[in-house]
Amino acid sequence: MAKIRVGRCWAIALALFGMLAIAAIACSEEPEQPSSPQHNELTIYSGRGESLVGPLIERFEEVTGIAVRVRYAGTAELASAILEEGDRSRADVFYSQDAGALTALAESGVLNQLPDDVVTGVPEELADASGRWVATSGRARVLVVSTERVPDPPDSIFDLVDEEWRGRIGWAPTNASFQAFITAMRQIHGEDATENWLRGMLANDVVEYPKNSPIVQAVGDGEIDIGLVNHYYLHRFIADDPDFPAFNHFTDAGAAGGLVNIAGVAVLKASRNSENALRFVRFLLSEEGQTYFSDQTSEYPLTSEVDVPANLVPLADLDPPSLALTSLSDLEGTLELLRDVGALP
Amino acid sequence: MTLLPGVVASHARFRVNIPAIWILAIAGAAAACIPLVYLLVRAAEADAEAWSKALTDGTARLLLNTAGLTLAVTGASAALALPIAYLTERTDLPFARWWRSIAIMPLAVPSYVGAFAFIIALGPNGSLQDLLAPLGVESIPEIYGFFGAWLTLTLFTFPYLLIVIRAGLRDLDPGVEEAARTLGQSAWSAFWRVTVPQLRIPLATGSLLVALYVISDFGAVSMMRFDTFTRAIYVRLGTSFDRSSIAVLCLILVALVAVVLLIDWSQRRNARYHRLGSGAARMPRLVRLRRYRWPALVGLSLVCGVALLVPVGVLFHWLSIGLQGGENFPGIWGAALNSVYASALAGAATVAVSIPIAIVVVRRPGFVSRLVDRASYVGYALPGVVVAFALIFFTLRITPGIYQTIITLVFAYAVLFLPQAISGLRTSLVRVQPGLEEASRSLNRTPWQTFCSVTLPLIAPGVMAGFALVFLTTMKELPATLLLAPIEFDTLATSLWGHQEDVFFARAAANALLLLGCAALPMIILFGNDRGLRN
Repeated sequence: MAKIRVGRCWAIALALFGMLAIAAIACSEEPEQPSSPQHNELTIYSGRGESLVGPLIERFEEVTGIAVRVRYAGTAELASAILEEGDRSRADVFYSQDAGALTALAESGVLNQLPDDVVTGVPEELADASGRWVATSGRARVLVVSTERVPDPPDSIFDLVDEEWRGRIGWAPTNASFQAFITAMRQIHGEDATENWLRGMLANDVVEYPKNSPIVQAVGDGEIDIGLVNHYYLHRFIADDPDFPAFNHFTDAGAAGGLVNIAGVAVLKASRNSENALRFVRFLLSEEGQTYFSDQTSEYPLTSEVDVPANLVPLADLDPPSLALTSLSDLEGTLELLRDVGALP
Repeated sequence: MTLLPGVVASHARFRVNIPAIWILAIAGAAAACIPLVYLLVRAAEADAEAWSKALTDGTARLLLNTAGLTLAVTGASAALALPIAYLTERTDLPFARWWRSIAIMPLAVPSYVGAFAFIIALGPNGSLQDLLAPLGVESIPEIYGFFGAWLTLTLFTFPYLLIVIRAGLRDLDPGVEEAARTLGQSAWSAFWRVTVPQLRIPLATGSLLVALYVISDFGAVSMMRFDTFTRAIYVRLGTSFDRSSIAVLCLILVALVAVVLLIDWSQRRNARYHRLGSGAARMPRLVRLRRYRWPALVGLSLVCGVALLVPVGVLFHWLSIGLQGGENFPGIWGAALNSVYASALAGAATVAVSIPIAIVVVRRPGFVSRLVDRASYVGYALPGVVVAFALIFFTLRITPGIYQTIITLVFAYAVLFLPQAISGLRTSLVRVQPGLEEASRSLNRTPWQTFCSVTLPLIAPGVMAGFALVFLTTMKELPATLLLAPIEFDTLATSLWGHQEDVFFARAAANALLLLGCAALPMIILFGNDRGLRN
């Protein structure tokens, strides 16, 4: 018994140290990171998921021959990591799920100026005023509605505080898109109206979710009847289950309910491959890139030459609130309001 | 303290091992405190406003929520782990060998996956509701909130206690218990009056592991919508990019952790648990369950069923939907290989770092060793993402060459999970009679030879327990892996997260199932094969 134990103990120890040794060798053989410009490579920190944008990035590699390496993680975590890395950042490009993180990085001074022709490719309000980031695709705020239980959904988000909807609505107050929507609401409808609406929703037993996709799930499961989400999550559910019992409903054109959120991209000052980084930005805004968003991820393309997907209300009809997205950077005020009314911890 | 004289005396005949072991132990504990240094640096940049914002009524409520959940989960985990450990180690429970592996498997279920599965199964209009509807059950208790968070965290963290208690139980001298039995005590009363008191150290260390895990958990509380301090930190991180105000919040969390550690400190007395004699040279007799056999089996099946079958069932459901739709699973085998590789390295490295700490804590009791012990818990109690930021901060400044390599990643895992390895080890180490080591030294063996030929074989169960704990926890670690892993080093946990984020549930399910499978394999090798007390 004792002998067996000793033998096994040594075997385990040997195996473990063997692995450590292999790891050490593997690491020491890895070429030194500092990639001089002649290396044809690019490093992207992507807050957008691999399933969504991975194929597009592969296409970019095929077209340009640039070797791209991507770190996928949450947008907020990556933005904070980039700030922590500072001028030693390993990222060339930051590809963000929302405008808030891009604005925060721009204000911290870690982003490079983009050339004018890149920024002017999209509508004016969809890029940073100083040209430090640019939007690449858009997502509309919609109500995701149960096909079975809500034949006639309300046309204004302000109707959601009615008694009729008590306990039947879901939202995700910790989600960046939701917060951008509240910021837009404050600017379009005023502080008081926004606060009243928030308090009304809470008093109406609105159900809280951690993010968008569980809301869509909950509408499908019958847990709630209406959810405040971005439009494109439903397409994933319908791709898996064509009978998924929910549909997207666009609300009040011109009001905050019709806000278009963006995914966007920026080049870092610390980038050692800024030429390649710029080529990637241009690729996302090219016809091929924009067509990909329209066809594959059911998002709004933002340049004029590509049509919006057939199942979406065109941007022009949507009449999204015409506010510069950078004015959405008054996030702190929104967060304070959300905390005051008790929607955020 | 005695460090300097110790170094000077290193050529003397006695206590040659002291300085080396102290240096290693203190270095290990210091590594665990790296995130604390980072937090202090960042918090120093915070202005008065950040502090006043952090210290509001809301904060007090969050602290109360966190403390309440921590207590409830720890208590319930102990109530599950103690009987399960006893049943699988000391009774004639049928298939005990299998139960031993199965009962620790819930540890491999990431809390966010478990919470997700529970919501689908037990939530409003979930599967359970559908099952009960024909029986006239209109509604079941609300899963969201405290109850759901408590249930999820209890079922997926109680094995931390189980592993530690079991290692302790195995090292007990059966003679003491038998003496109680010959003195007329029933098996039941011998268990409560003799066995449980001897398990005080495993119970305390295991409870601490569970309690601090609960404090640092984000997955379960966010899915179950229960506001704890860590959830508030993540929400703040996702909404503002002001790292100094996040650091302030984290320091308040550290204060809470310090209270927990101090309570634990005051609970431990300088008790001696090793045998002075050679002990009974045989295995303990198995307790016959007789008529309790079936209730025990049913109870065990219920716990493991809910903790394992519910998540696995939900995952298979999603997987089958995807397979019908012709889903493919790109990169899943590579991710599995990466997961096992990184987790095994993390387990080995963490156990290696923890051995000197465990030895110092057990063999050199005193203020400094206690401080070393407590300090090693700091990284474990903090949210993983904060530990990641701290390591970004330090590796880029001090050793940029290893930034985002497997070395940094494994180092991060060691900082995060050091207490788990220590807990596994110390339970075994307290049972080893120092006399054996002294005898070896008196026979002119060097400290290193003594350690290899005497101590290590005796604490092998503890080494395995520590390795298993760190391995399983690393398999499901997410925030630090996302930021610190070598670029494009996908693991099962990161792929699972990515697919779930993008609403590719079938792919996420496949990753989660493979994660469970990869975690099961070493568990079966380490524990299933082991015939325990039955040979």
